[in-house]
Amino acid sequence: MVKQVSVFLENKEGRLVRALKYLGENSINIRALSIAETADFGILRLIVDKPEKASSVLKNAGFRVIETDVLAVEVSDEPGGLAQILGYLAKEKINIEYMYAFLARKSDDAIVIFRVEDRKKATQVLEEAGAKVLRGETIYTL
Amino acid sequence: MYWNPRCETMSRSELEELQFERLRTVVERTYHNVPFYREAFQNKGVEPGDVKSLDDLKYLPFTTKQDLRDNYPYGLFATPLSEIVRVHASSGTTGKPTVVGYTRQDLNTWAELMARTLTCGGTTKNSVIQIAYGYGLFTGGLGVHYGAERIGASVIPISGGNTKRQIMLMKDFGTNVLACTPSYAIYMAEVMEEMGIKPAELKLKYGIFGAEPWSDNMRKEIESKLGISAIDIYGLSEIIGPGVAAECQCKKGLHVFEDHFIPEIIDPITEQPLPYGQQGELVFTTITKEGIPVIRYRTRDISVLYPEVCECGRTYVRMGRISGRTDDMLIIRGVNVFPSQVESVLLEIGETEPHYQLIVNRVGVLDELEILVEVSDTMFSDNIGGLENLEKTIGNRIETTLGISAKVKLVEPKSIPRSEGKAVRVIDNRKI
Repeated sequence: MVKQVSVFLENKEGRLVRALKYLGENSINIRALSIAETADFGILRLIVDKPEKASSVLKNAGFRVIETDVLAVEVSDEPGGLAQILGYLAKEKINIEYMYAFLARKSDDAIVIFRVEDRKKATQVLEEAGAKVLRGETIYTL
Repeated sequence: MYWNPRCETMSRSELEELQFERLRTVVERTYHNVPFYREAFQNKGVEPGDVKSLDDLKYLPFTTKQDLRDNYPYGLFATPLSEIVRVHASSGTTGKPTVVGYTRQDLNTWAELMARTLTCGGTTKNSVIQIAYGYGLFTGGLGVHYGAERIGASVIPISGGNTKRQIMLMKDFGTNVLACTPSYAIYMAEVMEEMGIKPAELKLKYGIFGAEPWSDNMRKEIESKLGISAIDIYGLSEIIGPGVAAECQCKKGLHVFEDHFIPEIIDPITEQPLPYGQQGELVFTTITKEGIPVIRYRTRDISVLYPEVCECGRTYVRMGRISGRTDDMLIIRGVNVFPSQVESVLLEIGETEPHYQLIVNRVGVLDELEILVEVSDTMFSDNIGGLENLEKTIGNRIETTLGISAKVKLVEPKSIPRSEGKAVRVIDNRKI
């Protein structure tokens, strides 16, 4: 289980930079990020090395922040790797709300972040199928 | 041309005698029939018998919109509900509207006042009048309607909206008088241009516009685009609706129908009456209404009174066109909007300390309202669809409460400037 930091941002110039600056100034390193946007606003989703510190830094700077529990799964970095993982979830009718991926530096794998409704069930299904579900500590210290 | 020459050209001394008699009657009526007024009079140490001249008006208590709200819905009626044959409502400062009631005689009075108003504006029994004011709880549509029927004009009760159709009917039905809000009139002119219809193809001659403030420049634009002569009319539902005051063809101020309403201008802070020629807040006392008579009602509109007799021959005092408000009420597309209404919607959805701002723009010729709402902790979730739905829900609730649609935009916390004193709730970018 991995803690993702979600931040509300207006879809206006400078807002994203401002948030990222605060993180940089506080020595917080970003592992992965994604942005879900509408015409007026967006949600910046961050996987960082110090999620609690990132939350409090951004909250103190006046941002709306929420921490969300997400799943991190190791996927072999080759064609079909991701489709296989998604297949396990689809078979058990587990709905994915959103996902994004990044490469692990220390191995040849990719890491995919999933937001699902039932994290426990998803973890069980993936582990039974032989996929590797990563702990937060692993991700934070990549 | 007068509708009622005897009343409209009455000598000042006869008018003042009439006003005093009628003032005595309304003071008795409210004192004896309306608990709110009896208490208000007693608090000021005044009894009906103390009113010995028109001068004594200044000793009477004021009435505010809050008083109507506190007595919602029928608490200020001076007649039993069985005698009330019509109810109208207008925007309140929060969720509930302000309610007014009319007896049969009140409807008769209203029709008379509207007949005078429309006659000032050029309407006769030979007119074909298109009433594009909203029909319903709003006093505009039905107010103009009964006045036009009284005159014997041919009434097209089309209400607002469906502009292309309105223009088609305007052409086919031979409309020669148009009654609607001035911003709608300009909008119609634009749509006409788009449709390729020239004013010369229409029989339009006169316009009767009100329900929102508009400038002389706007008037010139409307008159030239539609090929008409346009007058400004003034009213508010708490007093009667439209029919409180109207411009004559001289267009040098609006004649207040003083045989039915006593106007005053007061200093909004000290509440002291100001002399003719000085700008201040308009206050009206209704002296013939039976259903819901009001004593010294504070309109929050800023104007000035001119006593000089007008070239048209009407002896009624004229009020200058409204130049502003003493409160934060806005008029958007003819509808009264209070920022506090937005606050009440946000409180309803569970926000304890909402931070919001209303931004009004005139896009083309129609007013648009945008409402910025700061995302609070309770609102924010990691669900983008949820946030979009929240914007929509707030938007729908605001439309229900305000009566007009608004675009809701979620913004970051602290992005709406805080102030030490009163929060700046409204940014009005319109230049009227």
